[in-house]
Amino acid sequence: MIELRGVSKTFTLHNQGGAVIDVMRDVSLMVAKGECVALTGASGAGKSTLLRMIYGNYLAQAGEIRIGDVDIVQAEPREVIALRREVLGYVSQFLRVVPRVPALEVVSEPLRALGMPATEAEARARDLLNQLNIPERLWRLSPTTFSGGEQQRVNIARGFAHAYPALLLDEPTASLDPTNRAVVVSLIAEAKVRGAAIIGIFHDEATRAEVCDRCIDVSQFAPKALA
Amino acid sequence: MTPLLSVQGLSKHYGAQMGCADVSFDLYPGEVMGIVGESGSGKSTLLNCMAGHLKPDAGQVLFETRTEGLRDTLQMSEPERRMLGRTDWAFVHQQPRDGLRMGVSAGGNVGERLMAVGARHYGDIRGQALDWLERVEIDVARIDHRPSTFSGGMQQRLQIARNLVSGPRLVFMDEPTGGLDVSVQARLLDLLRGLVRDMGLSAVIVTHDLAVVRLLADRLMVMKSGRVVEAGLTDQVLDDPQHAYSQLLVSSVLQV
Repeated sequence: MIELRGVSKTFTLHNQGGAVIDVMRDVSLMVAKGECVALTGASGAGKSTLLRMIYGNYLAQAGEIRIGDVDIVQAEPREVIALRREVLGYVSQFLRVVPRVPALEVVSEPLRALGMPATEAEARARDLLNQLNIPERLWRLSPTTFSGGEQQRVNIARGFAHAYPALLLDEPTASLDPTNRAVVVSLIAEAKVRGAAIIGIFHDEATRAEVCDRCIDVSQFAPKALA
Repeated sequence: MTPLLSVQGLSKHYGAQMGCADVSFDLYPGEVMGIVGESGSGKSTLLNCMAGHLKPDAGQVLFETRTEGLRDTLQMSEPERRMLGRTDWAFVHQQPRDGLRMGVSAGGNVGERLMAVGARHYGDIRGQALDWLERVEIDVARIDHRPSTFSGGMQQRLQIARNLVSGPRLVFMDEPTGGLDVSVQARLLDLLRGLVRDMGLSAVIVTHDLAVVRLLADRLMVMKSGRVVEAGLTDQVLDDPQHAYSQLLVSSVLQV
């Protein structure tokens, strides 16, 4: 479902003397349907960078990143947008909140974007917010004022609202208590059962052991000859 | 899928001064494109050339019309282009007073565009005007008041209602949140986001505010000295800018 071939990434900092930072070279990996793969490696090894490249948020300098039959490196913006709407989900570390939009709408929005009627989309959102123990009195409020953990859970609910065939998770359990961590683990397990291909970063080893089929150490992709 | 708007090699000079040079892009139905750049980068010139307010020196602005397919709007007769501007196109100015009739009531401002496309039944027109005032969150009790008695944020929302009432397919916006304070901006952005999604609008938004494009635009073009220096998916251009100028632009935003 997700396949990377010969992907490399450099950052060129034009306004800092044109410094070129070589981050990753020749990344190749494959994740099948129903499989969950963890990216591992020390902080700064490029786990998040790789995840962002797969999402099309960072631009790869070379190689192919295939999600289904779309190569995200070459795709037009509208193809990437369609892919993100229908196929490729991403749960980032932090919720980017739009002012004034209530939590219930934040969570149901991905479904609305797919054309689902408001009532049906809201029902799914309610179910997820319930599962993730967000008190009902907060649903009508904008998550701007929520605590870090609550924002993270709203973010997870949003990421799991639609049954994406491919899913990227950037530390989904980072700031969660054991109860909510267990909920997220079960959401991931459900997604696997329905055949989603998942790539994630999990700092918490227990979670990683529970949901992941294998690990990929990204430090192996670091450019060898450093000047 | 065919593009709704296809801009080809659009250039405009002011004497020896370059306005915009050789700009080309396709906009598809439902897409929102942002154009960013500093003052004088040519973004407003480009927008005004596309919308037919300025005559470009070279290039084509092809629009997928309802009846005759793709047509170069620059070659259209003046009445044809004006009709387009009242039906399928809309233009939201930075200054509401440039897009509103300040001496006419709020309801009249919204109704005028309906009458321009042939609506004659007073009750229907007033009904639609009321509906639109509600959609843009203006107290319907103000329908007979002139926009000169409205706050800046209300005027801007009224301008949006006036523009969208005729169900356009393409909206040009020039700094739509420009002169508004931040709390009013947030409300307007939220409103625009909802309208764009619900009506399936395509839009081209010129702004210097990167937060605005992050919220509203699917795609982004970065302009400098009249030229497009970088274009792509909005979050990719903002989070991983490739060109020196885009990097400078993104890194210059103050964090709050």
